[in-house]
Amino acid sequence: MPTLADLSCGQQAEVLAISGHPAFVQRIYELGLLEGERVELVAVAPLGDPIEIRLGNSRLSLRRSEAADIEVRIIPAP
Amino acid sequence: MPTATITVALVGNPNTGKSTLFNALSGLRQRVGNYPGVTVEMKKGQLTADGVNFELIDLPGTYSLAARSPDEMVAVDLLLGRRPEEPRPDVIVSIVDATNLDRHLYLTSQLLDLGVPVVVAVNMIDAAAAQGLTIDYEKLSTALGVPVVPIQANNGTGLPQLVRTIRQAAHERKIPQPVEFPFAFDEIIAHITKELSDQVPPVLVRRLLWDVGGYVEQWLLAEHGERLHHLLAKARDQLAAANCPVPAIEARTRFAWVRQAVAAAVTKPAGRPITWTDRIDAVLTHRWWGTLVFVAVMFVMFQSIFLWAQPLMDQIDAVREWLAQSVAEALPSGPLRALLVEGVIGGIGSVLVFLPQILILFAFIAVLEDCGYMARAAFLMDRIMSRCGLSGKSFIPLLSSVACAVPGIMATRVIENRRDRLATIVVAPLMSCSARLPVYVLLIGAFVARPGSPAWLPGLVLFAMYMIGFTVAPLVALALKRTLLRGAPPVFVMELPSYRRPKLTAVLRRMFDAGKAFVVRAGTIILAAMIIVWALLYFPYIDSNGDSYPARIEQAEEAAAATAERLKELQAIKNPTPEQQAELAELEDVAALPDKLNGQWKRQSLLGRVGLWMEPVFEPLGWDWKIGVAAMASFPAREVIVGTFGLLYDVGDVDPGLVLDPSTDEEGQAKVASLTRAVQEEWAKDPIRGPYGVPVALSIMVFFALCCQCGATLAVIQRETKNWLWPAFTFIYMTTLAYGGAMLTFQLGRLIVG
Repeated sequence: MPTLADLSCGQQAEVLAISGHPAFVQRIYELGLLEGERVELVAVAPLGDPIEIRLGNSRLSLRRSEAADIEVRIIPAP
Repeated sequence: MPTATITVALVGNPNTGKSTLFNALSGLRQRVGNYPGVTVEMKKGQLTADGVNFELIDLPGTYSLAARSPDEMVAVDLLLGRRPEEPRPDVIVSIVDATNLDRHLYLTSQLLDLGVPVVVAVNMIDAAAAQGLTIDYEKLSTALGVPVVPIQANNGTGLPQLVRTIRQAAHERKIPQPVEFPFAFDEIIAHITKELSDQVPPVLVRRLLWDVGGYVEQWLLAEHGERLHHLLAKARDQLAAANCPVPAIEARTRFAWVRQAVAAAVTKPAGRPITWTDRIDAVLTHRWWGTLVFVAVMFVMFQSIFLWAQPLMDQIDAVREWLAQSVAEALPSGPLRALLVEGVIGGIGSVLVFLPQILILFAFIAVLEDCGYMARAAFLMDRIMSRCGLSGKSFIPLLSSVACAVPGIMATRVIENRRDRLATIVVAPLMSCSARLPVYVLLIGAFVARPGSPAWLPGLVLFAMYMIGFTVAPLVALALKRTLLRGAPPVFVMELPSYRRPKLTAVLRRMFDAGKAFVVRAGTIILAAMIIVWALLYFPYIDSNGDSYPARIEQAEEAAAATAERLKELQAIKNPTPEQQAELAELEDVAALPDKLNGQWKRQSLLGRVGLWMEPVFEPLGWDWKIGVAAMASFPAREVIVGTFGLLYDVGDVDPGLVLDPSTDEEGQAKVASLTRAVQEEWAKDPIRGPYGVPVALSIMVFFALCCQCGATLAVIQRETKNWLWPAFTFIYMTTLAYGGAMLTFQLGRLIVG
């Protein structure tokens, strides 16, 4: 199953499941990243980590190790 | 006549313009509220409107009431009226971003549970209109069940309406209707509340159940132990079985409620328009362009802390000198004059001299943070900083510490994670600050840059001194994060806010707050430290014959001044006669006497005696007692070593600024040159420091590179951590490192030279 860490720039995906440390899962939820939400990978930092994603009107930075805890379904570009 | 005071708490996500609203409402009537046991400070402000007094509390920005640390718990306790120093708020103002309602109303829904009237302030309505969003505030108010006021905090739109609504809400005392949770959930809450014998309000029982490993859980488990642990595990299992897993159930239920409210009130354009933030981010978080811009921004910031601050610091120094001169002329000589001139005026000067750097750095930080770039900088630097167990947010504080650790440590306020912040604070003084430079330059000039040594060697040694800090700091940070500051893996998810234009008044306010905090709270401690060391070098001031050193020095100075003309004449003679030679030698002795007396005095002062007694401690470092005394005298401020060296080597006080500035007057240059010569000559006669001059010089430099010889830094650490343990820890670990490093340097150097 692909995760958020597998996206490439400009790719969109739908969140399927979030696992990991309870504090992390709760924070992700609080930021509005729930199962079923759509996200887009906006940018990758110079050394390949962390990544910037867009969720609606907000942008989040996640470390790759954290992004790997978020399973997604990649939405093919139209 | 004001009838009563209405207490209002402002709560909102970070970057909602909460502080802007707070400042707009309270103007200059603000103060900082401190809470024992926590490092956060909350601002309190006052407002009077239509004869009613409002007491405003600006709570730290947060995404949720799920507290994970004592700092976050303060806000929750305060809202519930559980802090003894604050009354329970009469009204909570939930401030939300109009362009981000579907996320920010999550916190609003948590606030509805608290049993306090809530008013929602929808901020940034201009940005929402620009994005084509239309919001029906009536419908939103109906859906949320609380009053809603549209505002634009940065130009004051809607604020009178907001104040009226707050007053009405306080008057009506209408408790909002909490968001409904599934039935199974409420049953379990009731059960646990009873088990805790109704000591804990139901709101906190919910937090106990939802926040796995959160602060409420830690706190109650410590009180109730094993039994509660079982109860909690069972309850969470039950919920999972009833398809209400923790913590997802809270997010799902609340966001479903939020979505419904937003759907009822907000009309969005069909396609998402490309915003300015999209366009700017395409450059600023880009792999190459973003890095380039980042390097440029850091370069400008760094240069300005160094360059722009320098003239201001020189001005402060000049005023200090002028003041010292005036007082010295107005008062008769004696301990009182010396205390005022050298202790108090010198001490205050050494506090104020930090102000320019603090103000400039905080202007940069305020602009970078308000416009949204700070988060991008942290994003770009995160990978590098993660190597030493920190996050990207530690980068700017550590970089600023290369100029000066004091503003650097104050800049750690941008780091929310407590452990990361402490680790950054504790290693910041290791970064080689600008006060170390005169020490390096003096010693490199005296012992490394000698005739015959390669031209690149001085530069290499200076580079090595800087590299010591750059390598040791990350190692210490890593060690701390693995030991003292170990804890649950922190969450690094970070919001990258929309770009905004920073406001001048907000920037000025940040600069003022930082400057005031430093001068008022750190200044007093620094002053005390300066006066203590001054006294240790001043007393006793009576020599073995019962004469006062200051009086003798004054006489000697007068004698030297009286013969100065004749001395110059004699020095100018090309081929002096034997009589003239004898007179010249005599007058030169007269000219050198004040410095010689000063040296004698300092050597038999309290600190001098302690140094003599402690000589065995300095021996492994290759130091004699003079170097030891100079090092000890520089604990309040490391650049003092240059002046102390001058005193101990009988050349008189030397201004450390002269070492770095070759353009200064001839007299100053002569002083530095004679100090260099005096140290070289005296060391040449010594069995240890003669042959091993370079290892000894290196050992002093390494000591200064690693040691926390800065009272201001320790005072600021105390201020920022609200605890004396952290400055004590910093001082001890750095002194130990410095001693070990200096010893290693000398012993290795001796082997190599030998």
